[in-house]
Amino acid sequence: MDVVVENLTKCFGPQKAVDSVSFKAKKREILGFLGPNGAGKTTTMKIMACFLFPDYGNIRFGDLSIHKHARKIKQLIGYLPEHNPLYEAMNVMDFLTFIARLHHIPNYKMASRINDMIRIFSLENEKHKTVKELSKGYRQRLGLAQALIHDPKVLILDEPTTGLDPNQIIEIRELIKEIGQEKTVIISSHILAEIEATCDRVLIINKGRLVADGTAAELRDKSATDKVLRTRIAGAGEEEIFRALSAVGEINRIHRPDTGGFELQCGRKVNLEKTIFDLCTRNGWYIDELTPVETRLEDIFRQVTQN
Amino acid sequence: MTTVRILIAKELSNSFHAWGTYIGYIVFFGICGFCTWLSSNNIFYTGQANLLSVFHVINWTQFFMIPALTMKSIADEKRSGTLELILTQPVRVSELVDGKFFAYLLLALIALLLTLPYYITIAFLGTVDHGTVFLGYLGLMGMAACNISIGLFASSLSYSPISAFFIHLGIGLSFQFLFGFLAGLFHNGFLNSFFNYLSLEEHFETLTRGILDSRSLVFFLSVCILFLSLSKLFIYKSRF
Repeated sequence: MDVVVENLTKCFGPQKAVDSVSFKAKKREILGFLGPNGAGKTTTMKIMACFLFPDYGNIRFGDLSIHKHARKIKQLIGYLPEHNPLYEAMNVMDFLTFIARLHHIPNYKMASRINDMIRIFSLENEKHKTVKELSKGYRQRLGLAQALIHDPKVLILDEPTTGLDPNQIIEIRELIKEIGQEKTVIISSHILAEIEATCDRVLIINKGRLVADGTAAELRDKSATDKVLRTRIAGAGEEEIFRALSAVGEINRIHRPDTGGFELQCGRKVNLEKTIFDLCTRNGWYIDELTPVETRLEDIFRQVTQN
Repeated sequence: MTTVRILIAKELSNSFHAWGTYIGYIVFFGICGFCTWLSSNNIFYTGQANLLSVFHVINWTQFFMIPALTMKSIADEKRSGTLELILTQPVRVSELVDGKFFAYLLLALIALLLTLPYYITIAFLGTVDHGTVFLGYLGLMGMAACNISIGLFASSLSYSPISAFFIHLGIGLSFQFLFGFLAGLFHNGFLNSFFNYLSLEEHFETLTRGILDSRSLVFFLSVCILFLSLSKLFIYKSRF
Protein backbone atom coordinates (compact mmCIF):
# COMPACT_ATOMS: atom_id res chain seq x y z
CA MET A 1 0.00 0.00 0.00
CA ASP A 2 1.40 3.40 -0.96
CA VAL A 3 1.67 6.09 1.68
CA VAL A 4 1.53 9.66 0.41
CA VAL A 5 2.25 12.57 2.74
CA GLU A 6 1.19 15.94 1.36
CA ASN A 7 2.29 19.27 2.84
CA LEU A 8 2.07 18.06 6.41
CA THR A 9 2.33 20.88 8.92
CA LYS A 10 2.06 20.69 12.71
CA CYS A 11 2.71 23.44 15.24
CA PHE A 12 2.98 23.11 19.00
CA GLY A 13 2.27 26.65 20.10
CA PRO A 14 4.80 28.90 18.39
CA GLN A 15 7.08 26.01 17.40
CA LYS A 16 6.65 24.43 13.98
CA ALA A 17 7.45 20.80 14.61
CA VAL A 18 6.65 19.69 11.06
CA ASP A 19 6.85 22.23 8.26
CA SER A 20 5.27 21.33 4.93
CA VAL A 21 6.70 17.82 4.68
CA SER A 22 5.79 15.84 1.56
CA PHE A 23 7.03 12.41 0.54
CA LYS A 24 5.83 9.10 -0.78
CA ALA A 25 6.50 5.60 0.51
CA LYS A 26 5.89 2.98 -2.14
CA LYS A 27 4.59 -0.51 -1.64
CA ARG A 28 7.26 -3.04 -0.58
CA GLU A 29 9.70 -0.28 0.27
CA ILE A 30 11.58 0.29 3.50
CA LEU A 31 11.79 4.01 4.14
CA GLY A 32 14.19 5.38 6.73
CA PHE A 33 13.62 8.59 8.67
CA LEU A 34 16.72 10.33 9.89
CA GLY A 35 17.07 13.56 11.74
CA PRO A 36 18.62 15.23 14.75
CA ASN A 37 16.70 15.43 18.04
CA GLY A 38 13.62 17.60 17.78
CA ALA A 39 13.58 17.42 13.98
CA GLY A 40 9.96 16.25 13.77
CA LYS A 41 10.36 12.53 13.01
CA THR A 42 8.25 11.27 15.92
CA THR A 43 5.60 13.94 15.37
CA THR A 44 5.30 12.93 11.69
CA MET A 45 4.97 9.29 12.68
CA LYS A 46 2.34 10.05 15.33
CA ILE A 47 0.31 11.92 12.71
CA MET A 48 0.70 9.00 10.30
CA ALA A 49 -0.56 6.63 12.99
CA CYS A 50 -3.64 8.88 13.42
CA PHE A 51 -2.79 9.70 17.02
CA LEU A 52 -2.15 13.42 16.50
CA PHE A 53 -4.02 15.68 14.13
CA PRO A 54 -2.05 17.91 11.75
CA ASP A 55 -2.70 21.62 11.43
CA TYR A 56 -2.50 21.43 7.68
CA GLY A 57 -1.94 18.77 5.04
CA ASN A 58 -3.06 15.23 4.45
CA ILE A 59 -1.73 11.70 4.56
CA ARG A 60 -3.18 9.10 2.26
CA PHE A 61 -2.84 5.34 2.70
CA GLY A 62 -3.91 4.13 -0.72
CA ASP A 63 -7.33 5.77 -1.11
CA LEU A 64 -7.87 6.35 2.60
CA SER A 65 -7.27 9.75 4.17
CA ILE A 66 -6.37 10.33 7.84
CA HIS A 67 -9.06 13.01 8.05
CA LYS A 68 -11.93 10.81 6.89
CA HIS A 69 -10.98 7.16 7.37
CA ALA A 70 -8.88 7.12 10.53
CA ARG A 71 -10.48 3.96 11.93
CA LYS A 72 -9.95 1.99 8.70
CA ILE A 73 -6.36 3.20 8.52
CA LYS A 74 -5.70 2.05 12.08
CA GLN A 75 -6.84 -1.43 11.05
CA LEU A 76 -4.30 -1.46 8.23
CA ILE A 77 -1.24 -0.08 10.00
CA GLY A 78 1.00 -1.44 12.72
CA TYR A 79 2.62 1.19 14.89
CA LEU A 80 5.43 0.93 17.41
CA PRO A 81 5.52 4.18 19.46
CA GLU A 82 8.79 5.79 20.47
CA HIS A 83 9.05 4.64 24.08
CA ASN A 84 7.18 1.39 23.45
CA PRO A 85 4.41 1.91 26.03
CA LEU A 86 2.84 -1.34 27.19
CA TYR A 87 0.37 -2.29 29.90
CA GLU A 88 2.80 -3.20 32.67
CA ALA A 89 0.42 -5.23 34.78
CA MET A 90 -0.72 -7.48 31.94
CA ASN A 91 0.66 -10.88 31.13
CA VAL A 92 2.34 -11.27 27.70
CA MET A 93 -0.26 -13.69 26.33
CA ASP A 94 -3.16 -11.65 27.72
CA PHE A 95 -1.71 -8.51 26.17
CA LEU A 96 -1.34 -10.10 22.73
CA THR A 97 -4.84 -11.55 23.01
CA PHE A 98 -6.22 -8.14 23.93
CA ILE A 99 -4.56 -6.45 20.94
CA ALA A 100 -5.68 -9.29 18.66
CA ARG A 101 -9.28 -8.89 19.87
CA LEU A 102 -9.18 -5.13 19.31
CA HIS A 103 -8.27 -5.82 15.70
CA HIS A 104 -11.22 -8.24 15.51
CA ILE A 105 -9.06 -11.15 14.42
CA PRO A 106 -11.52 -14.08 14.09
CA ASN A 107 -11.47 -16.54 17.00
CA TYR A 108 -10.37 -19.48 14.87
CA LYS A 109 -7.27 -17.55 13.73
CA MET A 110 -6.42 -15.91 17.03
CA ALA A 111 -4.47 -18.71 18.70
CA SER A 112 -2.39 -19.37 15.60
CA ARG A 113 -1.58 -15.66 15.10
CA ILE A 114 -0.52 -15.26 18.71
CA ASN A 115 1.61 -18.40 18.56
CA ASP A 116 3.19 -17.18 15.33
CA MET A 117 4.13 -13.88 16.96
CA ILE A 118 5.55 -15.69 20.00
CA ARG A 119 7.61 -17.89 17.72
CA ILE A 120 8.83 -15.13 15.36
CA PHE A 121 9.92 -12.87 18.21
CA SER A 122 11.28 -15.71 20.39
CA LEU A 123 8.98 -14.91 23.30
CA GLU A 124 8.40 -18.59 24.10
CA ASN A 125 10.21 -18.50 27.45
CA GLU A 126 8.72 -15.16 28.42
CA LYS A 127 5.12 -15.69 27.46
CA HIS A 128 3.86 -16.32 30.98
CA LYS A 129 5.56 -13.32 32.53
CA THR A 130 3.95 -9.95 33.12
CA VAL A 131 5.19 -7.10 30.96
CA LYS A 132 6.97 -5.36 33.83
CA GLU A 133 9.11 -8.46 34.42
CA LEU A 134 10.48 -8.42 30.86
CA SER A 135 13.89 -7.05 29.98
CA LYS A 136 14.13 -4.10 27.58
CA GLY A 137 14.91 -6.33 24.60
CA TYR A 138 11.89 -8.53 25.16
CA ARG A 139 9.65 -5.52 25.74
CA GLN A 140 10.80 -4.19 22.37
CA ARG A 141 10.02 -7.56 20.78
CA LEU A 142 6.59 -7.55 22.40
CA GLY A 143 5.99 -4.05 21.04
CA LEU A 144 6.90 -5.27 17.56
CA ALA A 145 4.68 -8.31 18.02
CA GLN A 146 1.66 -6.12 18.84
CA ALA A 147 2.41 -4.00 15.77
CA LEU A 148 2.47 -7.07 13.52
CA ILE A 149 -0.14 -9.35 15.03
CA HIS A 150 -2.94 -8.26 12.68
CA ASP A 151 -0.74 -8.55 9.57
CA PRO A 152 -0.85 -4.86 8.68
CA LYS A 153 -0.07 -3.54 5.20
CA VAL A 154 1.99 -0.63 6.52
CA LEU A 155 4.40 -0.77 9.43
CA ILE A 156 5.45 2.41 11.22
CA LEU A 157 8.29 1.85 13.67
CA ASP A 158 9.68 4.67 15.77
CA GLU A 159 13.25 3.76 16.79
CA PRO A 160 12.65 0.01 16.85
CA THR A 161 16.16 -0.95 17.98
CA THR A 162 16.72 1.51 20.82
CA GLY A 163 18.27 -0.16 23.81
CA LEU A 164 18.80 -3.52 22.16
CA ASP A 165 22.06 -5.42 22.25
CA PRO A 166 23.99 -5.95 18.96
CA ASN A 167 22.66 -9.49 18.46
CA GLN A 168 19.08 -8.39 18.88
CA ILE A 169 19.64 -5.39 16.60
CA ILE A 170 20.80 -7.72 13.83
CA GLU A 171 17.82 -10.02 14.39
CA ILE A 172 15.35 -7.14 14.24
CA ARG A 173 17.11 -5.76 11.18
CA GLU A 174 16.79 -9.10 9.37
CA LEU A 175 13.16 -9.29 10.38
CA ILE A 176 12.44 -5.80 9.09
CA LYS A 177 14.15 -6.64 5.79
CA GLU A 178 12.01 -9.77 5.48
CA ILE A 179 8.82 -7.88 6.27
CA GLY A 180 9.82 -5.11 3.86
CA GLN A 181 9.65 -7.57 0.99
CA GLU A 182 5.85 -7.67 1.26
CA LYS A 183 4.82 -4.58 3.18
CA THR A 184 5.58 -0.87 3.31
CA VAL A 185 7.82 -0.15 6.29
CA ILE A 186 8.68 3.27 7.63
CA ILE A 187 11.31 3.31 10.36
CA SER A 188 13.07 6.08 12.18
CA SER A 189 16.39 5.79 13.90
CA HIS A 190 19.37 7.70 15.16
CA ILE A 191 21.71 4.86 14.15
CA LEU A 192 22.81 5.85 10.65
CA ALA A 193 24.53 2.55 9.93
CA GLU A 194 21.31 0.74 10.65
CA ILE A 195 19.25 2.97 8.36
CA GLU A 196 21.82 2.48 5.64
CA ALA A 197 21.86 -1.29 6.13
CA THR A 198 18.09 -1.75 6.34
CA CYS A 199 16.42 0.90 4.23
CA ASP A 200 15.82 1.23 0.52
CA ARG A 201 15.33 4.97 0.77
CA VAL A 202 16.35 7.60 3.28
CA LEU A 203 14.58 10.80 4.30
CA ILE A 204 16.48 13.36 6.33
CA ILE A 205 14.44 15.84 8.35
CA ASN A 206 15.87 18.89 10.05
CA LYS A 207 13.89 21.46 12.08
CA GLY A 208 10.62 20.17 10.67
CA ARG A 209 11.69 20.39 7.03
CA LEU A 210 12.63 17.63 4.63
CA VAL A 211 16.22 18.29 3.60
CA ALA A 212 17.13 15.08 1.75
CA ASP A 213 15.15 12.33 0.05
CA GLY A 214 16.62 9.44 -1.93
CA THR A 215 18.51 6.18 -1.81
CA ALA A 216 21.88 6.20 -0.06
CA ALA A 217 23.63 6.13 -3.46
CA GLU A 218 21.54 9.05 -4.76
CA LEU A 219 22.30 11.06 -1.65
CA ARG A 220 26.02 10.41 -2.11
CA ASP A 221 25.82 11.54 -5.73
CA LYS A 222 23.92 14.65 -4.79
CA SER A 223 26.27 15.56 -2.00
CA ALA A 224 28.70 16.77 -4.67
CA THR A 225 31.83 15.40 -3.10
CA ASP A 226 34.58 13.87 -5.13
CA LYS A 227 35.10 10.15 -5.36
CA VAL A 228 38.00 8.91 -3.24
CA LEU A 229 40.00 5.76 -3.99
CA ARG A 230 42.49 4.24 -1.61
CA THR A 231 45.26 2.42 -3.48
CA ARG A 232 48.51 0.55 -2.87
CA ILE A 233 50.67 -0.19 -5.86
CA ALA A 234 53.71 -2.41 -5.67
CA GLY A 235 56.50 -3.13 -8.14
CA ALA A 236 58.34 0.16 -7.88
CA GLY A 237 59.38 2.75 -5.32
CA GLU A 238 56.75 5.00 -3.67
CA GLU A 239 58.23 8.18 -5.18
CA GLU A 240 58.18 6.78 -8.74
CA ILE A 241 54.56 5.70 -8.37
CA PHE A 242 53.70 9.08 -6.87
CA ARG A 243 55.24 10.89 -9.85
CA ALA A 244 53.33 8.67 -12.29
CA LEU A 245 50.05 9.24 -10.47
CA SER A 246 50.64 13.01 -10.33
CA ALA A 247 50.91 12.98 -14.10
CA VAL A 248 47.38 11.53 -14.44
CA GLY A 249 45.17 14.50 -15.36
CA GLU A 250 41.89 13.16 -13.94
CA ILE A 251 43.19 13.01 -10.37
CA ASN A 252 42.30 16.22 -8.49
CA ARG A 253 44.26 15.51 -5.36
CA ILE A 254 46.64 12.89 -3.97
CA HIS A 255 46.91 12.34 -0.22
CA ARG A 256 49.65 10.14 1.27
CA PRO A 257 48.46 8.73 4.61
CA ASP A 258 50.99 7.62 7.26
CA THR A 259 50.05 3.99 6.77
CA GLY A 260 51.40 4.05 3.22
CA GLY A 261 49.65 3.89 -0.13
CA PHE A 262 47.73 6.78 -1.66
CA GLU A 263 44.27 8.33 -1.46
CA LEU A 264 43.27 9.63 -4.85
CA GLN A 265 40.47 12.15 -5.27
CA CYS A 266 38.74 12.53 -8.62
CA GLY A 267 35.36 13.55 -10.08
CA ARG A 268 32.31 11.36 -9.36
CA LYS A 269 31.87 10.19 -12.93
CA VAL A 270 35.54 9.54 -13.73
CA ASN A 271 36.51 5.88 -14.24
CA LEU A 272 39.78 6.19 -12.37
CA GLU A 273 40.00 2.45 -11.70
CA LYS A 274 40.59 1.77 -15.40
CA THR A 275 43.20 4.54 -15.64
CA ILE A 276 45.16 3.11 -12.70
CA PHE A 277 44.92 -0.41 -14.12
CA ASP A 278 46.22 0.80 -17.50
CA LEU A 279 49.03 2.70 -15.75
CA CYS A 280 50.11 -0.40 -13.83
CA THR A 281 49.92 -2.61 -16.91
CA ARG A 282 52.12 -0.16 -18.89
CA ASN A 283 54.77 -0.02 -16.15
CA GLY A 284 54.62 -3.64 -15.06
CA TRP A 285 53.35 -2.77 -11.56
CA TYR A 286 50.63 -4.60 -9.67
CA ILE A 287 47.74 -3.35 -7.60
CA ASP A 288 47.86 -4.43 -3.97
CA GLU A 289 44.75 -2.55 -2.92
CA LEU A 290 42.10 -0.51 -4.71
CA THR A 291 39.23 0.41 -2.40
CA PRO A 292 36.62 3.11 -2.90
CA VAL A 293 36.27 5.28 0.20
CA GLU A 294 32.51 5.89 0.31
CA THR A 295 31.22 9.13 1.64
CA ARG A 296 29.53 8.02 4.80
CA LEU A 297 25.90 8.76 5.32
CA GLU A 298 27.00 10.37 8.55
CA ASP A 299 28.94 12.99 6.60
CA ILE A 300 25.96 13.71 4.36
CA PHE A 301 23.77 13.92 7.44
CA ARG A 302 26.08 16.42 9.09
CA GLN A 303 26.31 18.38 5.85
CA VAL A 304 22.54 18.80 5.46
CA THR A 305 21.63 19.30 9.11
CA GLN A 306 24.24 21.76 10.16
CA ASN A 307 23.36 24.83 8.09
CA MET B 1 -17.13 -8.96 20.77
CA THR B 2 -17.56 -5.25 20.28
CA THR B 3 -14.71 -2.96 21.16
CA VAL B 4 -16.40 -1.62 24.33
CA ARG B 5 -16.91 -5.16 25.64
CA ILE B 6 -13.27 -6.02 24.93
CA LEU B 7 -12.16 -2.92 26.86
CA ILE B 8 -14.50 -3.71 29.78
CA ALA B 9 -13.10 -7.26 29.92
CA LYS B 10 -9.54 -5.94 29.95
CA GLU B 11 -10.22 -3.35 32.68
CA LEU B 12 -12.01 -5.89 34.88
CA SER B 13 -9.26 -8.45 34.34
CA ASN B 14 -6.60 -5.88 35.27
CA SER B 15 -8.58 -4.80 38.35
CA PHE B 16 -9.08 -8.34 39.63
CA HIS B 17 -5.41 -9.19 39.09
CA ALA B 18 -4.36 -6.31 41.33
CA TRP B 19 -4.32 -6.29 45.12
CA GLY B 20 -5.77 -2.78 45.26
CA THR B 21 -9.27 -3.85 44.26
CA TYR B 22 -9.51 -6.45 47.03
CA ILE B 23 -8.06 -4.07 49.62
CA GLY B 24 -10.57 -1.47 48.47
CA TYR B 25 -13.44 -3.93 48.92
CA ILE B 26 -12.20 -4.91 52.37
CA VAL B 27 -11.97 -1.25 53.44
CA PHE B 28 -15.43 -0.57 51.97
CA PHE B 29 -17.06 -3.46 53.79
CA GLY B 30 -15.07 -2.70 56.92
CA ILE B 31 -16.42 0.85 57.09
CA CYS B 32 -19.99 -0.01 56.04
CA GLY B 33 -20.16 -3.00 58.34
CA PHE B 34 -18.76 -1.14 61.31
CA CYS B 35 -21.07 1.85 60.87
CA THR B 36 -24.12 -0.34 60.28
CA TRP B 37 -23.66 -2.98 62.96
CA LEU B 38 -21.03 -1.96 65.48
CA SER B 39 -20.86 1.81 65.85
CA SER B 40 -22.68 3.73 68.55
CA ASN B 41 -25.28 4.76 65.99
CA ASN B 42 -25.86 1.26 64.62
CA ILE B 43 -29.04 -0.31 63.27
CA PHE B 44 -30.02 -1.80 66.61
CA TYR B 45 -29.77 1.59 68.30
CA THR B 46 -32.02 3.15 65.63
CA GLY B 47 -34.47 0.35 66.23
CA GLN B 48 -36.18 0.60 62.88
CA ALA B 49 -36.14 -2.04 60.16
CA ASN B 50 -35.18 0.26 57.36
CA LEU B 51 -31.94 0.70 55.56
CA LEU B 52 -31.90 4.51 55.48
CA SER B 53 -28.81 4.86 57.65
CA VAL B 54 -27.14 1.99 55.78
CA PHE B 55 -27.71 3.75 52.49
CA HIS B 56 -26.24 6.96 53.89
CA VAL B 57 -23.16 5.16 55.12
CA ILE B 58 -22.69 3.35 51.82
CA ASN B 59 -23.23 6.62 49.92
CA TRP B 60 -20.51 8.49 51.79
CA THR B 61 -18.08 5.56 51.75
CA GLN B 62 -18.64 5.24 48.02
CA PHE B 63 -18.10 8.97 47.65
CA PHE B 64 -14.55 8.70 48.99
CA MET B 65 -13.66 5.35 47.49
CA ILE B 66 -14.71 6.04 43.90
CA PRO B 67 -12.17 8.89 43.39
CA ALA B 68 -9.47 6.46 44.56
CA LEU B 69 -10.76 3.93 42.03
CA THR B 70 -11.02 6.26 39.04
CA MET B 71 -8.15 8.68 39.64
CA LYS B 72 -5.59 6.66 37.73
CA SER B 73 -7.87 5.63 34.88
CA ILE B 74 -6.87 8.13 32.23
CA ALA B 75 -4.10 10.00 34.04
CA ASP B 76 -1.98 6.84 34.17
CA GLU B 77 -2.63 6.07 30.52
CA LYS B 78 -1.43 9.54 29.57
CA ARG B 79 1.61 9.34 31.83
CA SER B 80 2.79 5.91 30.77
CA GLY B 81 2.05 6.59 27.10
CA THR B 82 -0.41 3.71 26.74
CA LEU B 83 -3.02 6.23 25.58
CA GLU B 84 -0.97 6.45 22.38
CA LEU B 85 -0.85 2.65 22.19
CA ILE B 86 -4.60 2.23 22.61
CA LEU B 87 -5.69 5.11 20.38
CA THR B 88 -3.56 3.85 17.49
CA GLN B 89 -5.48 0.58 17.62
CA PRO B 90 -8.92 0.76 15.94
CA VAL B 91 -10.48 2.20 19.10
CA ARG B 92 -12.40 5.46 19.31
CA VAL B 93 -12.00 7.81 22.26
CA SER B 94 -15.70 7.32 23.07
CA GLU B 95 -15.25 3.54 23.16
CA LEU B 96 -12.24 3.87 25.47
CA VAL B 97 -14.07 6.12 27.92
CA ASP B 98 -17.29 4.07 27.81
CA GLY B 99 -15.29 0.89 28.38
CA LYS B 100 -13.67 2.32 31.49
CA PHE B 101 -16.98 3.73 32.74
CA PHE B 102 -18.86 0.45 32.50
CA ALA B 103 -15.96 -1.50 33.98
CA TYR B 104 -15.86 0.74 37.05
CA LEU B 105 -19.64 0.68 37.25
CA LEU B 106 -19.53 -3.10 37.37
CA LEU B 107 -16.95 -2.95 40.18
CA ALA B 108 -19.24 -0.58 42.11
CA LEU B 109 -22.23 -2.83 41.38
CA ILE B 110 -20.38 -5.85 42.78
CA ALA B 111 -19.67 -3.90 45.97
CA LEU B 112 -23.34 -2.96 46.27
CA LEU B 113 -24.51 -6.51 45.58
CA LEU B 114 -22.25 -7.75 48.33
CA THR B 115 -24.08 -5.48 50.80
CA LEU B 116 -27.30 -7.44 50.11
CA PRO B 117 -26.69 -9.64 53.18
CA TYR B 118 -27.38 -6.53 55.30
CA TYR B 119 -30.79 -6.21 53.64
CA ILE B 120 -31.51 -9.92 54.00
CA THR B 121 -30.53 -9.85 57.68
CA ILE B 122 -32.70 -6.85 58.47
CA ALA B 123 -35.58 -8.40 56.49
CA PHE B 124 -35.42 -11.36 58.87
CA LEU B 125 -35.29 -9.08 61.91
CA GLY B 126 -38.27 -6.94 61.04
CA THR B 127 -40.70 -5.86 58.34
CA VAL B 128 -38.83 -4.06 55.61
CA ASP B 129 -40.39 -1.98 52.88
CA HIS B 130 -38.89 -3.81 49.91
CA GLY B 131 -39.81 -1.11 47.41
CA THR B 132 -37.90 1.51 49.38
CA VAL B 133 -34.88 -0.76 49.57
CA PHE B 134 -34.97 -1.35 45.83
CA LEU B 135 -35.16 2.39 45.16
CA GLY B 136 -32.39 2.98 47.66
CA TYR B 137 -30.09 0.63 45.79
CA LEU B 138 -31.12 2.31 42.54
CA GLY B 139 -30.13 5.64 44.08
CA LEU B 140 -26.79 4.22 45.15
CA MET B 141 -26.17 2.92 41.63
CA GLY B 142 -27.05 6.33 40.24
CA MET B 143 -24.70 8.04 42.67
CA ALA B 144 -21.92 5.58 41.82
CA ALA B 145 -22.43 6.18 38.11
CA CYS B 146 -22.32 9.95 38.57
CA ASN B 147 -19.21 9.76 40.72
CA ILE B 148 -17.45 7.47 38.26
CA SER B 149 -18.21 9.82 35.36
CA ILE B 150 -16.91 12.79 37.38
CA GLY B 151 -13.82 10.71 38.25
CA LEU B 152 -13.13 9.91 34.60
CA PHE B 153 -13.50 13.58 33.73
CA ALA B 154 -11.11 14.62 36.50
CA SER B 155 -8.63 11.96 35.37
CA SER B 156 -8.78 13.14 31.78
CA LEU B 157 -7.77 16.64 32.88
CA SER B 158 -4.51 15.73 34.55
CA TYR B 159 -1.37 13.64 34.19
CA SER B 160 -1.16 12.87 37.87
CA PRO B 161 -3.65 10.60 39.67
CA ILE B 162 -3.37 12.72 42.82
CA SER B 163 -4.51 15.92 41.14
CA ALA B 164 -7.32 13.92 39.52
CA PHE B 165 -8.33 12.77 43.01
CA PHE B 166 -8.48 16.33 44.30
CA ILE B 167 -10.31 17.66 41.24
CA HIS B 168 -12.84 14.88 41.70
CA LEU B 169 -13.27 15.66 45.39
CA GLY B 170 -13.82 19.30 44.52
CA ILE B 171 -16.47 18.62 41.90
CA GLY B 172 -18.04 15.79 43.91
CA LEU B 173 -18.35 17.86 47.07
CA SER B 174 -20.01 20.63 45.06
CA PHE B 175 -22.65 18.25 43.75
CA GLN B 176 -23.04 16.37 47.00
CA PHE B 177 -22.84 19.15 49.53
CA LEU B 178 -22.30 22.66 48.19
CA PHE B 179 -25.37 22.93 45.98
CA GLY B 180 -27.61 21.66 48.81
CA PHE B 181 -26.05 24.22 51.13
CA LEU B 182 -26.58 27.03 48.61
CA ALA B 183 -30.19 25.92 48.15
CA GLY B 184 -30.61 26.32 51.91
CA LEU B 185 -29.32 29.90 51.73
CA PHE B 186 -32.01 30.96 49.27
CA HIS B 187 -35.10 30.00 51.16
CA ASN B 188 -37.61 30.47 48.38
CA GLY B 189 -37.75 31.18 44.70
CA PHE B 190 -35.97 30.18 41.58
CA LEU B 191 -32.42 29.91 42.98
CA ASN B 192 -33.59 27.61 45.73
CA SER B 193 -35.20 25.15 43.30
CA PHE B 194 -32.28 25.56 40.85
CA PHE B 195 -29.67 24.53 43.42
CA ASN B 196 -31.95 21.86 44.82
CA TYR B 197 -32.20 20.34 41.38
CA LEU B 198 -28.41 20.40 40.95
CA SER B 199 -27.77 18.75 44.31
CA LEU B 200 -27.05 15.03 43.93
CA GLU B 201 -27.72 14.55 47.63
CA GLU B 202 -31.26 15.86 47.20
CA HIS B 203 -32.06 13.37 44.43
CA PHE B 204 -30.54 10.54 46.40
CA GLU B 205 -32.62 11.46 49.46
CA THR B 206 -35.77 11.42 47.35
CA LEU B 207 -35.05 7.91 46.16
CA THR B 208 -34.10 6.52 49.57
CA ARG B 209 -37.37 7.83 51.00
CA GLY B 210 -39.12 5.60 48.49
CA ILE B 211 -40.22 8.25 46.01
CA LEU B 212 -39.52 7.24 42.42
CA ASP B 213 -39.20 10.62 40.78
CA SER B 214 -38.21 10.54 37.11
CA ARG B 215 -36.43 13.88 37.60
CA SER B 216 -33.89 12.13 39.80
CA LEU B 217 -33.23 9.41 37.25
CA VAL B 218 -33.01 11.93 34.43
CA PHE B 219 -30.61 14.02 36.53
CA PHE B 220 -28.32 11.06 37.22
CA LEU B 221 -28.32 10.17 33.54
CA SER B 222 -27.63 13.79 32.53
CA VAL B 223 -24.69 14.13 34.93
CA CYS B 224 -23.18 10.89 33.59
CA ILE B 225 -23.62 11.93 29.97
CA LEU B 226 -22.26 15.43 30.64
CA PHE B 227 -19.08 14.33 32.37
CA LEU B 228 -18.40 11.41 30.04
CA SER B 229 -18.76 13.75 27.05
CA LEU B 230 -16.42 16.25 28.68
CA SER B 231 -13.83 13.48 29.27
CA LYS B 232 -14.05 12.42 25.64
CA LEU B 233 -13.72 16.04 24.54
CA PHE B 234 -10.62 16.69 26.65
CA ILE B 235 -8.89 13.50 25.50
CA TYR B 236 -9.75 14.29 21.88
CA LYS B 237 -8.53 17.87 22.28
CA SER B 238 -5.19 16.77 23.72
CA ARG B 239 -4.38 15.20 20.36
CA PHE B 240 -4.51 18.54 18.53
